[in-house]
Amino acid sequence: MEILKFITAGSVDDGKSTLIGRLLYDTDAILADQLEALHRSNRKNDDGTIDLAILTDGLKAEREQGITIDVAYKYFQTDKRKFIIADAPGHIQYTRNMVTGASNANLAIILIDARRGVVEQTNRHSFLVSLLALPQVVVCINKMDMVDYDQATFNHIVGQYEALAAKLDLKNVTYIPVSALKGDNIVNSSANMAWYTGKSLLDHLETVEIPVDDKASHARLPVQWVVRPQTEELHDYRGYAGRVSSGTFKVNDKVTVLPSGFSSTITKIELLDKVFDEAVAGQSVTVHLQDNIDISRGDILVTSNAHPEVSQLIEADLCWMDTRALDTSLTYLVQHNSKVTRCRIQEVLYKFNINTLDKVYEEDFKLNDIGRIILKTADPLAFDVYQDNKANGGAIIIDSRTNVTVGALMLRASAD
Amino acid sequence: MSKHHLDYLDELEAEAIHILREVAGQFEKPALLFSGGKDSITLVRLAEKAFRPGKFPFPLVHIDTGHNFPETIQYRDEMIARLGEKLIIGHVQDSIDQGKVVEQKGKNASRNALQTVTLLDTIAAHQFDACIGGARRDEEKARAKERIFSVRDEFGQWDPKRQRPELWNIYNGKIHKGENVRVFPISNWTELDVWNYIRRENIALPSIYFAHERDCITRNGQLMAAAEHLNMDEEDVITRRNVRFRTVGDMTCTAAVESDAYLIDDIINEISASKISERGARMDDKVSEAAMEERKKGGYF
Repeated sequence: MEILKFITAGSVDDGKSTLIGRLLYDTDAILADQLEALHRSNRKNDDGTIDLAILTDGLKAEREQGITIDVAYKYFQTDKRKFIIADAPGHIQYTRNMVTGASNANLAIILIDARRGVVEQTNRHSFLVSLLALPQVVVCINKMDMVDYDQATFNHIVGQYEALAAKLDLKNVTYIPVSALKGDNIVNSSANMAWYTGKSLLDHLETVEIPVDDKASHARLPVQWVVRPQTEELHDYRGYAGRVSSGTFKVNDKVTVLPSGFSSTITKIELLDKVFDEAVAGQSVTVHLQDNIDISRGDILVTSNAHPEVSQLIEADLCWMDTRALDTSLTYLVQHNSKVTRCRIQEVLYKFNINTLDKVYEEDFKLNDIGRIILKTADPLAFDVYQDNKANGGAIIIDSRTNVTVGALMLRASAD
Repeated sequence: MSKHHLDYLDELEAEAIHILREVAGQFEKPALLFSGGKDSITLVRLAEKAFRPGKFPFPLVHIDTGHNFPETIQYRDEMIARLGEKLIIGHVQDSIDQGKVVEQKGKNASRNALQTVTLLDTIAAHQFDACIGGARRDEEKARAKERIFSVRDEFGQWDPKRQRPELWNIYNGKIHKGENVRVFPISNWTELDVWNYIRRENIALPSIYFAHERDCITRNGQLMAAAEHLNMDEEDVITRRNVRFRTVGDMTCTAAVESDAYLIDDIINEISASKISERGARMDDKVSEAAMEERKKGGYF
């Protein structure tokens, strides 16, 4: 069985929490005592049914304000798949939360209110999905019950969104007419929309293909830790511990260590009492090499046929996540896989107006701003283009005064 | 691109090992908080996978309330002997003797709340900068929002509004002196995932997880072990029941469930069919809906 991780983009008004609550409720993922808490909480819909949205707002602070301020993770499973939902708020002041939630997702559900069609926040959410390179998008046109389950309304919104998807180069977009409140096309196909012959949302989530980056040319293993028991019987044992971030490594593969450039050959791949012929994307292993070369945490092993870029001057997209604005004169830290080095944002090329998708030429870079920048690093980074290889193309910026993560970087190209 | 996927248990395992190795790489003085429960036992197996044949780059730390099930303590000591790793024990009784905490009174008295103080003192005494714990996001609503690397201030407090963004699988473990990080490698596992992993890996567990006969009383609608640590009076009627425990906490606040699950397969069947989530069997969460959020702010795991 596989795991599908997805994010839901939309605001309270779009019925996002109701949609998630409905998925959990109808797949029996709500347990008796949680349901009891739900009944205790006294929040009901107008028609007296349980307000399923309560299942997704966790913190007291949020309940008091009736909003979602952070990313909540929810888990459910069916006979076919396990699911992890990153539930992020949709308002513009929580853009960073959505970026955080999207960073680990395989799929995005974009919610559109059937009465309103594509609106400004649809642009914004879709832009973020494109920026974070999510491979699958499901557009749920919700509240179909409020428009009499009208097919023409659905078709009109699909047309609107197709234009947006083309502009943002979004691929693999699926459209589903739903009513989260009434349960139409969420788990079961709706009798109210006989004109829709596609899958229900859950059916789609259970069967949609989850792409994996296992291209041999992308074989990357960031070294996290060197296992050296230094006991008498294991005197010469030296294992490089890490998780294959993309591609596949096989025993006897020639590998290069970056950024140093030394080469060697894999002699063994193991984990505790297991020995493997190969290690695939996502697998945590301990690797042995033929030659005794200097490798430490922060280095990356790659197969010798295709190297990542190695550079200290890198063009990247940046999402700023801190209330304190970016200071281009300040030295920050950048963390890329297990590597941490000092950096500066040397230049802001432009920002995006994420509602209209236009470029904006402004110097300041504040909370939730997204734009294209030039990053300068103290040590070189061995990276891939984010849109091709997310696992080796993402990085974070840390403010060394506060130690807080203040920026997300999607690396694009060497700017040397 | 192709469809070469890891099975879900392999994926969850690989993620947890990656997180444990990040702790080893990023911190000076990490520790693994060991409760004797199945989640921390799972963490120990994951640590073996992450670091063997080397030693663990951290000791195990057990906060002993003095009200543990004897089966748990026996399991702990046998496990440590097998692993050959270091165990540090923080005793709640010491905190009581030092006057730092006061034993609760009355029928529902429990040392569960007191262990926060002992934990914080133990962290301070050993200057631990990272504490690995077995909490999962599916346990409780507040936990659903917690990061995998969760920064605590010097008072052990969790501030949900000041959480750091956590992107991709990049974990920011940078902290100021006095702060520490709670790390939750099995955040993304569900209770059933843990059980399926224990079965797959053939991991031994304390015997109280499996059905056995025991003297019990009923309190607040839940079955409790009739233990010497429980404050009982003549209203409490002791009955012999066939029970097991779904979590391993204090004897005073961990409820039993009636069960015929003698084998791990029975337990997995029981949980798959069950309608009570795991934390529902902990009386201390019932106090209020916001109970966990409040305790986390106070430095509880």
